[in-house]
Amino acid sequence: MSDPASHISIQGVHKVFESGGQEVHALRAIDLEIPRGQFVCLLGPSGCGKSTLLNAVAGFSLATAGTITVDGTAITEPGPDRGMVFQEYALFPWMTVEQNVAFGLQIKGIDKAAIEDKVASLLAMLNLTDFRKRFPKDLSGGMRQRVAIARVLALDSPIMLMDEPFGALDALTRRNLQDELLRIWTELKKTIIFVTHSIEEALYLADRTVVMTYRPGTIKRDLMVDLERPRDVSSPAFNALKKELSHLLMEEQTRHNQAEFKGAAVD
Amino acid sequence: MKGYRHAASGVLVPLAALAFWQLLSTMGWVNATILPSPGAVVVKWWAYLRPLEAFDPNQGSYLKWCFTGELIQDTIGSLYRVLVGFAIGGGLALPLGLAMGYSRVAYGLFNPLVQVLRPIPPIAYIPLSILWFGLGNPPAVFLISIGAFFPVLMNTVAGVQNVDSIYLRVGRNLGANRLTQFTRIILPAATPYIFTGARIGMGTSFIVVIVSEMIAVNNGLGYRILEAREYLWSDKIIAGMFTIGLLGLAIDTLMSSLSSHLLKWHRGLEQG
Repeated sequence: MSDPASHISIQGVHKVFESGGQEVHALRAIDLEIPRGQFVCLLGPSGCGKSTLLNAVAGFSLATAGTITVDGTAITEPGPDRGMVFQEYALFPWMTVEQNVAFGLQIKGIDKAAIEDKVASLLAMLNLTDFRKRFPKDLSGGMRQRVAIARVLALDSPIMLMDEPFGALDALTRRNLQDELLRIWTELKKTIIFVTHSIEEALYLADRTVVMTYRPGTIKRDLMVDLERPRDVSSPAFNALKKELSHLLMEEQTRHNQAEFKGAAVD
Repeated sequence: MKGYRHAASGVLVPLAALAFWQLLSTMGWVNATILPSPGAVVVKWWAYLRPLEAFDPNQGSYLKWCFTGELIQDTIGSLYRVLVGFAIGGGLALPLGLAMGYSRVAYGLFNPLVQVLRPIPPIAYIPLSILWFGLGNPPAVFLISIGAFFPVLMNTVAGVQNVDSIYLRVGRNLGANRLTQFTRIILPAATPYIFTGARIGMGTSFIVVIVSEMIAVNNGLGYRILEAREYLWSDKIIAGMFTIGLLGLAIDTLMSSLSSHLLKWHRGLEQG
């Protein structure tokens, strides 16, 4: 039974895809109890099912077997209680920055003045106020991702799902946004599931890092990261963890590569 | 500076063509009935443009008088037909295209018929249009609306079908219902395609109006150049052709500046 302390409870989740007439086991027997306010990173090579798991929690693609519950209620469809930030930003290009942020609030049917206040404070929070009238095409990648984060924060959802949100950014912008995300998370106390393939990112951000295996996706290691924040990426403790995870990830990467070569040979 | 040089080089070829044309005429290498000189065309153009009667204050205002010239009246006649035909054709194509793009059922129902009718050039409808509508504006408008219909339809369908699914996922994630998804996401995302379709449809309308005026009506630019042939007025034919060309250019420029104004967000777009 699900732990009553859990915010998100993932129990016995399997996900099977049909691909080229073959069954692909993307996820197998995933159990994960995530308490309220925890920052969890899902870490693994591509094809390990980490995004699949995130999409199952988001409700975009439901699990083949097993249950995912939020506060005890099973997930059946996507919803604004689980705001998602995508790697490709996915801002609406026909809307300005403030229109993008306001969109979720308009759907909720909140009155106009309240929307304006909320949008203004979110834009201020993410240093976007000067850019509020701009269209996404006139923004840098980092700015776009700030807007995408603001758009999700506008929903006031207790859960934030992030699918490699900083993957396409340069190193400095990335660190900058990581720090902002930590600040926001500390302030708003959200439960975050964050998918990444960067060990350093996972160790820098997360309370807990879940390493997943290459097909079928299972949990290889569930690691609590007890380092003091703000974390020093050059500290011996950080690097010891990094080395350990690196070793785990390398094994999966090798399996991934072997599978790819095998696939290529069959093709 | 660079802009000026660019513009200067742009008039070079037209000027050379004009000079060559003038040369042909002055040297007497071609019969003036076959190809009149540029000067003769300009003179005729002016005669075609200016009012036929002298200004008479009893007949109405000066401004009104200015518009009594044959060329102006023809242009108004042609434009009227284009606009009415385009509005009908585009106005029918847009909702059908949205439905076909959005719903697989609607697509399955209508697409076979559309694919059969689409390759028929609007001009092939001329005999039927005259049988059905007789002569005058109705057959012309009918033909033009067919010319506008298919480009708008096909582009609208493609626009809706090509909406990036990530936007729909975001919409669902933000809690949008189907109506909101359609009006706030699918429709704006499809507008670049729809505008492209409208621009092509307008171009087709403009071709069809000239043809239909040659057959069904007795005014308009298409009618006038055909009429001029009867009198061997090649200068008027050429003046009429240039008018048609300039009008077409004006309409296309208007359409494209309208769409780039409305699609400010889209110019130079790389990714959402």
